[in-house]
Amino acid sequence: MQLQSMYQDIILDHYRNPHGRGLRDPYEAEVHHVNPTCGDEVTLRVHLDGETIADVSYEGMGCSISQASVSAMYDLVVGRSVTDALATGESFMTLMQSKGDTAVAEELEDELEDAVAFAGVSKYPARIKCALMSWMALKDASARALAATPTGGQA
Amino acid sequence: MTQTVSRPGAGAQEQPLPLDVEAIRADFPILSRTVRDGRRLVYLDSGATSQKPRSVLDAERDFYENHNAAPHRGAHQLAEEATGLYEAARATIAGFIGAAVEEVVFTRNTTDAVNTVAYALSNAATAKEPSFRRYAVGQGDEIVVTEMEHHANLVPWQQLCERTGATLRWLGLTDDGRLDLADLGTVVNERTKLVAVTQQSNILGTINPLEPIVARAREVGALVLVDGAQSVPHQPVDVTALGADFLVFSGHKMLGPTGVGVLWGRYEVLDALPPFLTGGSMIEVVRMEGSTFMPPPQRFEAGVPMTAQVVGLGAAVDYLQALGMDRVQAHEEALTAYALEQLQAIPGVTVIGPPDTVARGGAVSFTVEGIHPHDVGQVLDDLGIAVRVGHHCAWPVVRRYGVPATTRATFYVHTGYDDVDALVEGVRAAQRFFGVTPEEATA
Repeated sequence: MQLQSMYQDIILDHYRNPHGRGLRDPYEAEVHHVNPTCGDEVTLRVHLDGETIADVSYEGMGCSISQASVSAMYDLVVGRSVTDALATGESFMTLMQSKGDTAVAEELEDELEDAVAFAGVSKYPARIKCALMSWMALKDASARALAATPTGGQA
Repeated sequence: MTQTVSRPGAGAQEQPLPLDVEAIRADFPILSRTVRDGRRLVYLDSGATSQKPRSVLDAERDFYENHNAAPHRGAHQLAEEATGLYEAARATIAGFIGAAVEEVVFTRNTTDAVNTVAYALSNAATAKEPSFRRYAVGQGDEIVVTEMEHHANLVPWQQLCERTGATLRWLGLTDDGRLDLADLGTVVNERTKLVAVTQQSNILGTINPLEPIVARAREVGALVLVDGAQSVPHQPVDVTALGADFLVFSGHKMLGPTGVGVLWGRYEVLDALPPFLTGGSMIEVVRMEGSTFMPPPQRFEAGVPMTAQVVGLGAAVDYLQALGMDRVQAHEEALTAYALEQLQAIPGVTVIGPPDTVARGGAVSFTVEGIHPHDVGQVLDDLGIAVRVGHHCAWPVVRRYGVPATTRATFYVHTGYDDVDALVEGVRAAQRFFGVTPEEATA
């Protein structure tokens, strides 16, 4: 059974006890992203304090991978600048493209923390989109939030 | 959930299936391969696309190796042979559904066939020839579909309505997965130009009662298009008994190659429709000022056709006819009864669709409490079991039943009780893996 390589305990923990779940005020941008091949959905809000991500709140439905991914992302991005958070998103994308190459996962372990547990997903092309959906939503919402706020200002 | 009929009694598994599964499996090369670390392939996704017997693969290879040429053009020997094989396959397929040869149009697939009709109806409004305007759809007209349709028999009609200003109406569903015909008399009315309905649901498995729908459409002078993508491969279908104007289906879901489908149309209706795609093959006379078109079926077959695939589909039909469609249907019904019984015996499993085999085909969709269908599918895949997960290109259906997605198993001629047993054990394995213990679920 290779299932354990995908469903690490960390992933199942995030799935069962998601961090930061629920939609909260205030926020500068809200986006709704879907995975049209399977119907996974996430609604995600971003609240900025200047260029810092003060909060990410979300509701969604979908498989364990998509739901655990948004929870792990919440831990990684809140309190960081949009630029840093999106750079971490790029690293997560690199991990998803690694096709199970453990060297890539080892290199990114410090930066991605719990999210490095998704390395096993990269071996299953059909599931990569599930893991990436929340990061795509964050990228979209951050761009909109930045556009909606005056430079350095607060909502 | 109560189950009242067609339930196999104790020892159902000992009842021999109508088809010789072991002999049939030997005809399908792909079934001898293994998946995911050496596991036997348990293919329960024929509803998405079927596997191909060797005779179909051989027919395609033989066409390319010995007869390849563009049909209906050229006067050389290969062109004659290619044309002969192409038209012989048309005759075989026409015979399979009780149709006249000139009523069978080859398309890419079901989706292409539906679009061919939908675009013909909007093109009719602006056709130069008065004879092509008979079925024109425009403002004030209505198109009727059902909430059960695959996107392929829904989106083209939404688009037709957007192009023409016509209105889309639909028949709803009952809680037990049937069409709700209570409003049939008002939804289908004198403004209705066409009713598009599936014969067998790809997600619920429901076999629809077409007689009252066809009868009502006849009363008001509406055309009827039947989506046979999930019925023609699995049960005997005879267009003379159907009473509809169009029947559409795909070759790849009935043991044939991808890239070929069929639009059957009543000849007098086809003959009154303008073409959708235009170009070579479908013309009569071409001048710089304008062109005239061939009669059906050539009018709807623009360009060099998918000749090898058509020949392959002919071989697939030969294979199915040798088995006998009555036996194919009985075989799948026995498997469906067994699967419904076994799956519904698992605490936490809910079948989405009719719970018994009355007016029901072999698409069995279900949810497992506490586990998303993707995760169910992943565990099954790890065990070598191929199923479909998601919304099955019928998003309104899953929305209607309040679930985000389902896991779907579909059966075919090579499916045996051992495949169903593997599925049932796989669902239990998923429950164990995700810690959703059935005992707790029923406590």
